[in-house]
Amino acid sequence: MPPVAPRSGDAIFANIERVNAELFTLTYGAIVRQLLTDLEEVEEVNKQLDQMGYNIGIRLIDEFLAKSNVSRCVDFRETADVIAKVGFKMFLGVTASVTNWDAEGTCCSIVLEDNPLVDFVELPDNYQGLYYCNILSGVIRGALDMVSMKAEVTWLRDALRGDDVFELQVKLLKQVPEEYPYKDDE
Amino acid sequence: MQFFGGSEISPSPPAPTASGNNGHMLYVFNRNGICLLYREWNRPLHTLNAQQDHKLMFGLLFSLKSLTAKMDPTSAEKGNLGVPQLPGQGCSFHSFRTNTYKLSFMETPSGIKIILVTHPRTGDLRESLKYIYNLYVEYVVKNPLYTPGSPIRSELFNTTLDQYVRGIA
Repeated sequence: MPPVAPRSGDAIFANIERVNAELFTLTYGAIVRQLLTDLEEVEEVNKQLDQMGYNIGIRLIDEFLAKSNVSRCVDFRETADVIAKVGFKMFLGVTASVTNWDAEGTCCSIVLEDNPLVDFVELPDNYQGLYYCNILSGVIRGALDMVSMKAEVTWLRDALRGDDVFELQVKLLKQVPEEYPYKDDE
Repeated sequence: MQFFGGSEISPSPPAPTASGNNGHMLYVFNRNGICLLYREWNRPLHTLNAQQDHKLMFGLLFSLKSLTAKMDPTSAEKGNLGVPQLPGQGCSFHSFRTNTYKLSFMETPSGIKIILVTHPRTGDLRESLKYIYNLYVEYVVKNPLYTPGSPIRSELFNTTLDQYVRGIA
């Protein structure tokens, strides 16, 4: 029986259960607002958003693998392409593009032109240090962690701070191969 | 806890046959060797206690995977036997059959391994294992009360799984 081909982001997005986009945006906004009230420090909120994203990412990877049928990516280039074309499309309904590859192929930028999280959002002056979409960097980091890739994800450009697009830099730190977990041989 | 109504679990399950209980046992392991789920429907002989049984099963699959990857005649690059591989990389075996049972195996790139032991005349169960993986995602991964990496204790998941396995040819 021939293996099932991976499905494109559009095909999966059409079949998957969706929520109202405004509900999603407003819920996220309420979460960030509440975090700011509870934690008060912008750095703390950034860290907390990243941690929340990480917890989402470790579960999201299974849903992504189950619904999209992609097999193991051969190298990091393919991984980044899959994240941008299939992953973002499937979960946020937007397509991202991958640019700025470095010489070794371990570091790239994912560029998002429109971002459903930031509709209707403006950052006031006293919160300029806030990475509003930091949950996304946590999600990518968590998901890659579960497929044995340790990565570092940072924001290069943020449209809420005056740039024109959102740009995430994803840097592969190392691949962690699977080890036999039982140390004692019984 | 809301019901996941309205969305089809994809891919849709292979059509069930009239025959009864065909599955013998099911194991679900994560990448650290922790047995997340062990279900038993038809197992007349128990030789080891549960702990040892799980370790044996995990060890067996780990070694078989390594062996099949190294013996692959089509792949260009081969490390030494025993060098750890990334899950899903290289060729992976999906079943073996003896005169009394057939063991079907599926591993995802995230390290989740699903093993189903059935009667020996069972056909290719790869689609069924994918469907079970989808069930795992819907009922376990999306459950906010479930801690990833701990054994699965979900009645709903067990019931749905039982119903599905009963229908596999």
